[in-house]
Amino acid sequence: MSADTDSDPDVMGLDHTTVTGWGRTAPTAAWLIRPRTYEEAAAAVRDCGARGGIPRGLGRAYGDAAQNAGGSVLDMTALDRVHAIDADGGTVLCDAGVSLHRLMEVLLPLGWFVPVTPGTRYVTVGGAIGADIHGKNHHVSGSFARHVLALELLTADGEIRTVIPGTPLFDATAGGMGLTGVILTATIRLQPVETSLMSVDTERASDLDDLMARLAATDHRYRYSVAWVDLLARGAATGRAVLTRGDHAPLDALPARLRRDPLAFRTPRLPATPAILPEGLLNRTTVGLFNELWYRKAPRARTGQLQRISGFFHPLDGVPHWNRVYGRGGFVQYQFVVGYGREDALRRIVRRISERRCPSFLAVLKRFGESDPGWLSFPVPGWTLALDIPAGLPGLGAFLDELDEEVAAAGGRVYLAKDARLRPELLAAMYPRLDDFRELRARLDPSGVFVSDLARRLSL
Amino acid sequence: MKDAFGLPQSLLVLGGTSEIALATARRLIARRTRTVWLAGRPSPALEEAAGQLRGLGADVHTVAFDALDPASHEAVLGKVFAEGDVDMVLLAFGLLGDQARDEREPEAAVRVAQTNYTGAVSAGLVCARSLQSQGHGSLVVMSSVAGERARRANFIYGSSKAGLDAFAQGLGDALHGTGVHVMVVRPGFVRTRMTAGLPEAPLATTPEAVATAVELGLRRRTETVWVPGTLRVVMAALRHLPRGVFRRLPV
Repeated sequence: MSADTDSDPDVMGLDHTTVTGWGRTAPTAAWLIRPRTYEEAAAAVRDCGARGGIPRGLGRAYGDAAQNAGGSVLDMTALDRVHAIDADGGTVLCDAGVSLHRLMEVLLPLGWFVPVTPGTRYVTVGGAIGADIHGKNHHVSGSFARHVLALELLTADGEIRTVIPGTPLFDATAGGMGLTGVILTATIRLQPVETSLMSVDTERASDLDDLMARLAATDHRYRYSVAWVDLLARGAATGRAVLTRGDHAPLDALPARLRRDPLAFRTPRLPATPAILPEGLLNRTTVGLFNELWYRKAPRARTGQLQRISGFFHPLDGVPHWNRVYGRGGFVQYQFVVGYGREDALRRIVRRISERRCPSFLAVLKRFGESDPGWLSFPVPGWTLALDIPAGLPGLGAFLDELDEEVAAAGGRVYLAKDARLRPELLAAMYPRLDDFRELRARLDPSGVFVSDLARRLSL
Repeated sequence: MKDAFGLPQSLLVLGGTSEIALATARRLIARRTRTVWLAGRPSPALEEAAGQLRGLGADVHTVAFDALDPASHEAVLGKVFAEGDVDMVLLAFGLLGDQARDEREPEAAVRVAQTNYTGAVSAGLVCARSLQSQGHGSLVVMSSVAGERARRANFIYGSSKAGLDAFAQGLGDALHGTGVHVMVVRPGFVRTRMTAGLPEAPLATTPEAVATAVELGLRRRTETVWVPGTLRVVMAALRHLPRGVFRRLPV
């Protein structure tokens, strides 16, 4: 397939590639174009036709953010050069298609780490900026865009603009879900590390109140903090959790054996999940059992355990294509944040999920710190909860709509990079800068070159 | 756009006064549907149906559409698609006819066949092309168990639905991989105006039950939906009965 193919095929069935997000719901067809140079990217944007185009990285957005039905999807992963590393100052200039995995491979031996990493290393720098991702260190380091010193953006008019923080275009692009243009390169400030290991403290919390108290009291002592919550536990155990918090291990914390090569980056991987799995593999029984084991195997309290980066940050990356475990029906991830002071809403939502017995393994609770200026950037100071649910669960759509109402009433919001089902009417309440975003897009891209299924569904 | 559960934001109904279609529209409006196009022959009933759906909060337009005038389909339906993406097309028009009269008056029988089959082939192809260009959407085709095996009592209607069913299945395969989902719905006896006065068949169902099954099918991206689901097994058995036995069945 090429960029100049007519996007209105005459032969039925002979055409597009179907594309979905990581949740594998709502597939749509698009022309998949993989530019290898900036010129090819510019040509693809120029020629993308009436139904527009949208950049796509490694496809880890759960919903329809990197899909564009009937139009072009620009797979940016071929633009993957690391151009320059300032090993003294701690910055890197790289293409937007470079993955965080690649950056870790390149940077760790030099004593640097990415400033923010989500639960997977397999996201691109462009995607990280477009979704303005956060990690376990949000309460300390903010979101990804806070560490971006500059980026180059290919806009709808075919120009390449250098965009720096503090400008409206930067704030629209950080969290802008690729709708302001195609990010080509970015300069990122890095985090110095002495070793490639993490020093981790683990503890259990017996219920939601205990969990929130522990997180609120001692989060500031850790650079990285997250809690896994058992949302299938009921009654007095509702919201029981395992907290894992830590920091990069200093060199003197390593045993002599590991000090010989303290910056080695090891990423064990299991065989990939089979492409076809039966529906309903994850049900209340199996997930309940998993959650019980996960909770029981966690130590009540352990400090200073050394873990690999991959084990601490990206446990699921060890299982390629883990999203297939939900079967053909796929799954939705629901992530919301409610501000500090609205713990009542969080408690109500957790109770409702737990009472409904959603088979959700790996639900994650975290405290966000100060927000960053991106107009559609998700994190605001408060509590954020993320959970996976099989899309085929009866009544799930209406149930999540009810949770949205709770979230919106508490002044909270849901995360667009995870969304595949939000009621469009709620968006403006959740993102007060939405009108600014729309207005900037209307000016910058009057003919609507950049568009995605997400943008169509929510009228972004 | 459809959401993760296959729920459409915009809906085009071909056969805008069909009770099954309107029950489905009501159900979808309660979830995500905001724009509805009701296509049918201009009539007070069509306007009344539109008014009822407007009362539920949807933005409803009526379109003059005649299944028996295939030459006009391209222009009529093209206008709808030109207004914006259509996430779901519900092909719901159809004539039951009157078997006894239709056997006596071939012209009346042809009308049934032309509406249910020829008209649907034309409208289905026109919509399929537009859906394919937009790269997404569901085409939901109202077939019938009557098409699964023709019965003495209504083989004219049944044969037209058999043709429609085969056409829709093939269209679904042709569109596989294009982002367009074709769903064939095979209800049994549905209690509507169309069947009023007829003796009720076993496993009779309601327009609301068909609507529920359609919503479930959208979520699962199912290609064939039986309403009620048990009809799938029943019809599998009936299909294999020897002719001599089938002929004598009181169905």
